[in-house]
Amino acid sequence: MSLTYNQKIMDEIKEKEKEWENDLNEAFSVSPERLERFITVSDKEIKKIYTPMDAKSQDFLRDIGFPGFYPFTRGVQSSMYRGRLWTMRMFAGLGSASDTNRRFHHLVEQGQTGLSTAFDMPTLMGYDSDSPRARGECGKCGVAIDTLKDMEDLFDGLPIEKITTSMTINPPAPFIWGMYVAMAEKRGISRSVIGGTIQNDMLKEFIAQKTFMCPPRPSLRVITDTVEFGTKEIPRWNTISISGYHIREAGSTAVQELAFTVADGIAYTQAAIERGLDVDDFAPRFSFFFNSHLDFFEEIAKFRAARRMWARIMKERFKAKNPRSWWLRFHTQTAGCSLTAQQPYNNVVRTALQALAAVVGGTQSLHTNSLDEVLSIPTEEAATIALRTQQIIAEESGAGNTIDPLGGSYFVEALTDQMEEEALEVIQKIDDLGGMLEAIEKNYPQKEIADSAYKYQRQIDEKVRTVVGVNKYVTEERMPVEILEIDEALEKAQVEKLNRVKSERNHRKVKECLETLGEACVSGKNVMSPIIEAAKEYATLQEMCDVFRSVFGQYRDPGIY
Amino acid sequence: MKERKLRVMVAKPGLDGHDRGARIIARAFRDAGFEVVYTGLHQTPEEIVHAAIQEDVDMIGLSSLAGAHMYLFPRVLELLRENGVEDVAVLGGGVIPEDDITVLREAGMKKIFTPGSNLDGIVQWVKENIKPRS
Repeated sequence: MSLTYNQKIMDEIKEKEKEWENDLNEAFSVSPERLERFITVSDKEIKKIYTPMDAKSQDFLRDIGFPGFYPFTRGVQSSMYRGRLWTMRMFAGLGSASDTNRRFHHLVEQGQTGLSTAFDMPTLMGYDSDSPRARGECGKCGVAIDTLKDMEDLFDGLPIEKITTSMTINPPAPFIWGMYVAMAEKRGISRSVIGGTIQNDMLKEFIAQKTFMCPPRPSLRVITDTVEFGTKEIPRWNTISISGYHIREAGSTAVQELAFTVADGIAYTQAAIERGLDVDDFAPRFSFFFNSHLDFFEEIAKFRAARRMWARIMKERFKAKNPRSWWLRFHTQTAGCSLTAQQPYNNVVRTALQALAAVVGGTQSLHTNSLDEVLSIPTEEAATIALRTQQIIAEESGAGNTIDPLGGSYFVEALTDQMEEEALEVIQKIDDLGGMLEAIEKNYPQKEIADSAYKYQRQIDEKVRTVVGVNKYVTEERMPVEILEIDEALEKAQVEKLNRVKSERNHRKVKECLETLGEACVSGKNVMSPIIEAAKEYATLQEMCDVFRSVFGQYRDPGIY
Repeated sequence: MKERKLRVMVAKPGLDGHDRGARIIARAFRDAGFEVVYTGLHQTPEEIVHAAIQEDVDMIGLSSLAGAHMYLFPRVLELLRENGVEDVAVLGGGVIPEDDITVLREAGMKKIFTPGSNLDGIVQWVKENIKPRS
């Protein structure tokens, strides 16, 4: 195990650095430094300069190495973007299944290479469009899905045997996945061929995204059912998208995003092992989902640290032997919370920088936000610009020419090491609390996030932190941006459609399927097969969710601030 | 006689789970010396108005970032009227387009705070414009 630099060189560098510091102090005595503190968006202080001294304990092969080789700091695949670009996967969903189907077709025609589905609030929370809780919410922030019929309309004309589909769905993930599998099989596409991802990450729901249904422990049991089922039956499917994106959107720092996400991954791995599954069977199909936020270099360091941490944890803590178990494959979304309602065209620039960080950081797939994201669901034009942003990075910027272009940067390597060290400390705290489930029940991550979010807002208010167009370079002038509106008539139409489906299906079969599902919930049998059967009979989303609610209970937000 | 502390409710109507802003504002109100009731997520308009009456609040701040405000906010106003407590001031915040703000103000909302509003500004506005009901 050899180090990359020798002591004599280190001493000479130290000497020269002292000379430079003296020079600097002279300069600053005449005119002080530009800011009081030079900080990242996570309030981490950054040094004036980084030198080989900052990476002096690094061992190239042990800590950095080659892409596709442990510990994967430089990338999970050997060829990375030299072999194949990241998947351009634009999150989309609005109104009815047909409305979203149109948007899907448009994005594919414009060059996106993977599908990603945004559902409306009733669907995300496990309610049908005719529920009193769905009033005013139908189709407003994503697509309304009530039954298999909607799923069929949603993917009409799309080659799902060739293109992979991601679905951002959490409590109702098993049911939505069941509908997708049912839809594919009805089209004659085998479950061994379909590829995609369900987000299916309830731990981060309790921490950050807050789509709730059942309490934490039964939620983890159901997720383990999906992992078990997917591992055996749907080999090309990512059973969980272990997410940090939402944790960051809720206001965490980059280190917290990294630590809580990896800790969630540890909890899911532990649960599956306790179920009796072999880690090398299920771990290759765990995937991750990170935020790409404003500080360009901090994000790149975060992605690199994440890969190295997960590889080490899977190999050393969980004794995984299959190299694919060590791979942290991830999707990235640029930071929605960083976009502004003021001067919305500035958001194109923010998104571009964040997308570039994700590419330089080696993401497997990427969604870029639209300029009007702060105001409404993106218009087609705004979503197209966001897609073009990725295409310009891919084809024009040169970012994909070499693998891990910032590897070896004294700054980025030092930051990567720092992020790993700090995140491991947080994970140790969570382990000391008894693991992520216990930490959530004790409100530890939720409180950490609330504190970080409040501190961040105070910094903006006090102008310690600049937001262009909001607290600096403010204009009175309004820049006209056309906003997408969801037709109010949609809700009525969706309810009519739901009623039609209900009237045409076999009531007896639906009832039987729901009973079988209930029995599986109670007995501990895997819920996925009963769910797929029920979906095929056009059981509604809420009918199936209500079975879960009746057995597992309904979780309510504790309302802590 | 010294005015009592302002009683302020921060509420999340509907299914929207985006609570970063609502929780920050609840904290800012608490730090400013108001008595704060935070409802937590996933409250129906009925639950909000019921709690507002129970807690005898002077003001309700509604937060919505998932697009359902044009049903939920007016429904809260309607229920307050039906229950004879329309003197409870109703404010809003979140992702609310300009055109909708106009309609909501006409329907009776006192103020809508849009993205980019700062905490001190919000607290100041409330101190100047909302008085205890009794």
